[in-house]
Amino acid sequence: MRLVVQEAAFDLGAEANAFAAAVQGAGAVVTFTGLVRDNGGALDAMEIEHYPGMTERAIGAIMDEALGRWSLVDALVIHRFGVLKGGEPIMMVATAAPHRADAFAAAEYLMDYLKSRAPFWKKEIGAGGEDWVKAKEADEDALKRW
Amino acid sequence: MIDILYFAWLRERIGTNREQVETQAATVADLVAELEARSEGHGLAFADKTSLRVALDQELADFAAPLSGVREVAFFPPMTGG
Repeated sequence: MRLVVQEAAFDLGAEANAFAAAVQGAGAVVTFTGLVRDNGGALDAMEIEHYPGMTERAIGAIMDEALGRWSLVDALVIHRFGVLKGGEPIMMVATAAPHRADAFAAAEYLMDYLKSRAPFWKKEIGAGGEDWVKAKEADEDALKRW
Repeated sequence: MIDILYFAWLRERIGTNREQVETQAATVADLVAELEARSEGHGLAFADKTSLRVALDQELADFAAPLSGVREVAFFPPMTGG
């Protein structure tokens, strides 16, 4: 299990390849990547703030829970903070399991919990000014299925 | 002495990301009542309590939670990770 919280960009292809190459006994690898939506050109940048220390603890706890619930061989979470441009990768998760059902379910679980339980806050900066992204009720509701 | 941390729009409204306060507050709700009165910015930041979240020593908690033994209290809006 690997967890990285960083300001720097990451190489999605290289991370996915390294993850898949290192897992032993997996028959399935699922990856998800979140990108900065540019809102049809209206967004200049997205600023992501986080709570150093709690961020790592919260994500670590979410990953431990996923590893306990599903038959996973390994899991990876990379999440960035700082100022990002439209189209840039914000974060990725990868899961590896003997079979795909566990890898898919665990990846979805990680994403649902990272959305609402990892201490990050996004601010959209555009020509119209700056706006903190509001948490969606649907994101909170998504946790109920687990 | 307890460390209070603010994030996102709470930090902006209050004008600082961290302050130390001397408090006898028994619960988070009691502490919020004290903090609200510190400045106009604090009042504004804590006005809508339904959109506030709190962490005690980096673990999510609720407003009824006791503060005894807690060193770090963080206030922030609902999280928007992922």
